Amino acid sequence: MVPLSYYLVLSGILFACGVTGFLIKRNIITIFMSIELMLNGVNLSFVAFAAHWHSLAGQVFVFFVMVVAAAESAVGLAIIIAVYRARETLNVDQINLLKL
Amino acid sequence: MTPNLNLWLIPVLPLAGAAINGFFGKRASRTAVSTVGLLFSGAAFAWALAVAFRLSSVSLPHQEFFLNNEHLAHWIRAGSFTVDFAFYLDQLSLVMLLVVTGVGFLIHIYSVGYMWEDPSYYRFFSYLNLFMFFMLTLVLANNYLLMFIGWEGVGLASYLLIGFWFTKDSAASAGKKAFIVNRIGDFGFLIGLFLMIQHFGSLNFTQVFDSVRPISAEVSGAGLLTTIGILLMVGACGKSAQIPLYVWLPDAMEGPTPVSALIHAATMVTAGVYMVSRSHVIFERAPAALTVVAVIGTLTALFAATIGITQTDIKKVLAYSTVSQLGYMFMACGVGAFSAGIFHLMTHAFFKGLLFLGAGSVIHAVGGEQDMRKMGGLRSYIPWTTLTMGVATLAIAGIPPFAGFWSKDEILWKAYQANWIYWLIGLVTAFITSFYMFRLLFMTFAGEYRGTQVDEHGHASHGHDEHGQGEPHESPMVMLVPLMILAVLSFFGGFVGWHNGFEHFLAPVFASGEVVEAGGEVASRGTELLLMGVSVLVAVLGFVVAYVLYVSKPYLPQKIADWFGNFYDAVRNKYYVDELYAAILVKPLVDSSTRVLWQGVDRKVIDDSINDAADGARHVSDKVRHMQSGNLRSYAGWIAVAAAVVIAYMIWQAEAR
Repeated sequence: MVPLSYYLVLSGILFACGVTGFLIKRNIITIFMSIELMLNGVNLSFVAFAAHWHSLAGQVFVFFVMVVAAAESAVGLAIIIAVYRARETLNVDQINLLKL
Repeated sequence: MTPNLNLWLIPVLPLAGAAINGFFGKRASRTAVSTVGLLFSGAAFAWALAVAFRLSSVSLPHQEFFLNNEHLAHWIRAGSFTVDFAFYLDQLSLVMLLVVTGVGFLIHIYSVGYMWEDPSYYRFFSYLNLFMFFMLTLVLANNYLLMFIGWEGVGLASYLLIGFWFTKDSAASAGKKAFIVNRIGDFGFLIGLFLMIQHFGSLNFTQVFDSVRPISAEVSGAGLLTTIGILLMVGACGKSAQIPLYVWLPDAMEGPTPVSALIHAATMVTAGVYMVSRSHVIFERAPAALTVVAVIGTLTALFAATIGITQTDIKKVLAYSTVSQLGYMFMACGVGAFSAGIFHLMTHAFFKGLLFLGAGSVIHAVGGEQDMRKMGGLRSYIPWTTLTMGVATLAIAGIPPFAGFWSKDEILWKAYQANWIYWLIGLVTAFITSFYMFRLLFMTFAGEYRGTQVDEHGHASHGHDEHGQGEPHESPMVMLVPLMILAVLSFFGGFVGWHNGFEHFLAPVFASGEVVEAGGEVASRGTELLLMGVSVLVAVLGFVVAYVLYVSKPYLPQKIADWFGNFYDAVRNKYYVDELYAAILVKPLVDSSTRVLWQGVDRKVIDDSINDAADGARHVSDKVRHMQSGNLRSYAGWIAVAAAVVIAYMIWQAEAR
């Protein structure tokens, strides 16, 4: 039996990787993937706790997160394609029309 | 059962006139404006006469019938303390009522002629009617607070009318001076009222006097009544131009001449005398306060009269004369002869109003010139003005049988009974009065015309530019008729004092008025006649001296002036009182206001704190602004860092536990 802390540390590492990627990457698809990484890091901690406490609530929650993430990626990718068609770039620093 | 006299109509009618002229007069024709102005003030006079006739038709023994308390509406109700809009009529207010409405109406008529060419014609009549409203409120009020409203209101009207030609700098500052000096007096008046509220719980005349009556006279030392009395006198000093607050009245001559006649001679300035007489119940129980009144009055009478000798501006002479005559009235009040004071108030309203209107007619005739040195010989040009002015001069000088003789003699007689020093100073003042009035008369009307007769259009300050040329000319009839009526009143007005008739008429009001002068009755009838003879003698002496100096030997005045040297200069410059006040009161006040209040408090504290707060906000926001860069990833970074901090904190907490 793998101890709970291992899962949590892995989850933390995944989340930190996602945050770091979100912050430093300029390519919008990489950023998008970083968000997915953060979500999955959190999912991992949910299922780990669920297994540890023998509670289904965590696993149910993970399903919800995955459903929302799937919907989000569908919408997000559509937006990215639309942005690329309009601006011919995926660099977020150049997509700044809303900035003053 | 008292009849309903509808007293409220008397003040409200001029108010309506003021409102109509004030709101609609600008577009109305001069005829319409004068019709409204005259109609409403005339209606007030007519109603006052009607009231007087209804009262006099009642047989005299039923004195209570005279007392009429008219209650209109509640005003202030705080616990047991109430003040109402209510009017009160007795013999005293009746006299004032008739004087104010009567003389006021005549001066309204006169103003039609005098102000006809003024561009702000409607404004003048609106103010004049407004003044009538406040003055009548003052006179008719049945409590001190309503009286105070009228008191302040006439001050306001006076301010507006002194500064009527407000584009002239001197007029504007004269108005301000009058208002501010009056404010000092009003302060005393108000404190007196507060004391009354505190100790008597009421400001109603009847109630206050009922609570005062049982109190015995404060013969030794000063008590509550003395304090109240002196505070009321401070108020009266301001309004009635007595030492030390008289300085505003001579400056008030900057206003149009009808204003000087109505407000600054006949009515408003006598409000102080009326107020002191009205409060006679308080004053009679405070001998010290009465002494203060008498001393102030006597000194003012003499002081102002001496200044009057040296003035060359025709209106300034009359202004100082007014101050001096008001001093007489206060002297009368101060020796307990309130009815004599009111008597003189009435006759003074006639002859001083006439003198001012006459002076206005003279100024009108010579095209705005007020300097008597440039007049002279006007007798042949303006005979009617000369005649009426002559009557008024005889009246004020105290030559029998003119009105001034009766009232002035009454005052001197009462003063003699109280203390011969008052009488002596009064007599000297009577001589000086007679002298400077005849001096005015001779300088203006006798001898040769000294004015320039060439075309001269330089009188823009006055409303009669078109008249500033050619020979002096008589005023129109609309101005002369009021002069004649007032001349008749100045001639016959004194006869109401025949056999103390006036005193008996007012006796119900001053019923307890014999407290102070009770000891004086030892003087016999013979003494009274002797004193009468002496006062006539000094009046004639004044005439003779003035005649010698200004008609038969016109070179003498300059010699005498040179002989007195510096003293003459001092008197000529009004004893430098204005300069003294400027040095010890006005300048320190202005300086400290400038340095401490303006530069110190206003600039350094208030302005700077506001500016610094604004600057600080700008500096802080300049810094904080950079956090909100619009860069989404920097926001995410902040969120991540903050989350990390929160988590670290929670872990640290868990560890610590």
